[in-house]
Amino acid sequence: MIEQQLGRCVASWYRGATGVTGAAKLSGGASQETWTFDIVHPDGNVGAILRRAPPGFGASPGRAAGLDAEAVLMQLAHDAGLPSPHVMHVLKPEDELGRGFIMQRIEGETIARKILRDEQFARARPILARQLGGVIAGIHGLPASKLPKLREMTATKEIADLEREYRGFGWPRPVFELALRWLRERDPGPSKEVTLVHGDFRHGNLIIGPDGVRAVLDWELAHFGDPMEDLGWICVNSWRFGEIDKPVGGFGTREEMFAGYVEAGRKVDPDRVMFWEVMGTLRWGIMCCGMMQRFRSGPDHSMERAMIGRRSSETEIDLLRLLAPRGK
Amino acid sequence: MQDEPTPIELIKAVADFLRNEITPVIKGHNAFKLRVGINALDLVTRQLALEQGNDAAEAARLKQLLGAGGSLMELNRVLSDKIATGELDLQTPGLAEHLWQTTMDKLAVDQPNYGSYKRELGRS
Repeated sequence: MIEQQLGRCVASWYRGATGVTGAAKLSGGASQETWTFDIVHPDGNVGAILRRAPPGFGASPGRAAGLDAEAVLMQLAHDAGLPSPHVMHVLKPEDELGRGFIMQRIEGETIARKILRDEQFARARPILARQLGGVIAGIHGLPASKLPKLREMTATKEIADLEREYRGFGWPRPVFELALRWLRERDPGPSKEVTLVHGDFRHGNLIIGPDGVRAVLDWELAHFGDPMEDLGWICVNSWRFGEIDKPVGGFGTREEMFAGYVEAGRKVDPDRVMFWEVMGTLRWGIMCCGMMQRFRSGPDHSMERAMIGRRSSETEIDLLRLLAPRGK
Repeated sequence: MQDEPTPIELIKAVADFLRNEITPVIKGHNAFKLRVGINALDLVTRQLALEQGNDAAEAARLKQLLGAGGSLMELNRVLSDKIATGELDLQTPGLAEHLWQTTMDKLAVDQPNYGSYKRELGRS
């Protein structure tokens, strides 16, 4: 059924397209879905991705930038020469596909364990941290005048949001309390420089090929804020997948990433990056607790959600390693 | 008194069956879900084996640290409040050790293969 709707939609803007084939849902909750499909064309099929909120799910939840903003950001990144898919079409009401957009499908790998272990990425791994530093710098340098409307975040607001969410669970976690206290005492205040922040720059949202990074995905959490946030978030231990001595995604050093960032003409504040790494570790821990809440109260009664709830203790040990390290 | 086998033995038997007999014949997304399910069963057996001892030790440390009694939940609420207000901090004798021990005990149940846990286990 979706193939017919997509076929009609694609025919309205892709010259010569005769339909679509191979539509398959890649992921999806109740309010947002990702589909892969091929546009059928006499010159050869073209891989495409649909990202949409199905009809009836218009509004985006609290922190989300919204699919329209995501489309603008991805296209801006693409136009700036950053690794980002070309946005082919923004859905219109007459497409009857809901809200969202269709983009070029970029081949590659997003699964961290494969990127960190498979032979085909052996040549990419040593260059990735530096490369990603450059990409993050590019994102932070996107032209402010063309950016869509996004929420503006500060460290102070982020701490307050995390604390409110944590308290809402009604479950005492002394290590999270320690982290909240640590963050409040070291809150650097508003950043002197406010830029676009991707907000979720990490494994899973990066398409990697044997040649390195090919695309940055999932701009759902994009916002304006302290650019050091993105550099801290990708260092959170939860994204190292066992390679705990390589802080950047389990493949590189902070220094390599910083070098890539500086080469692209931007400045690094390592202390602030570390502050955001602590914030990010706590944030992921609280997100894990949120998964457990949704498992218990929501319609998605899945084992995966339940088991992610049991990952929050991983962030507790990582917070202790950051805040109360034990000898050498 | 319930008869044998124990819950641990039952769950372990089911997990071993799923792991050894079913895993090889399941493909795709369900293979992933099966792995998550087996992990959940393994976690439950670890918790059944370790929880009583861990909880008793945690309660004893908390009573010492706080100089008060109560359920484990109540004691953790009091500790959380005292950390939030700054009444207790990392300079407080015994606090860091308590948090470390409690967290290590949680990881032993939740994710004994987690990299940070394995590294810290080598220290203690």
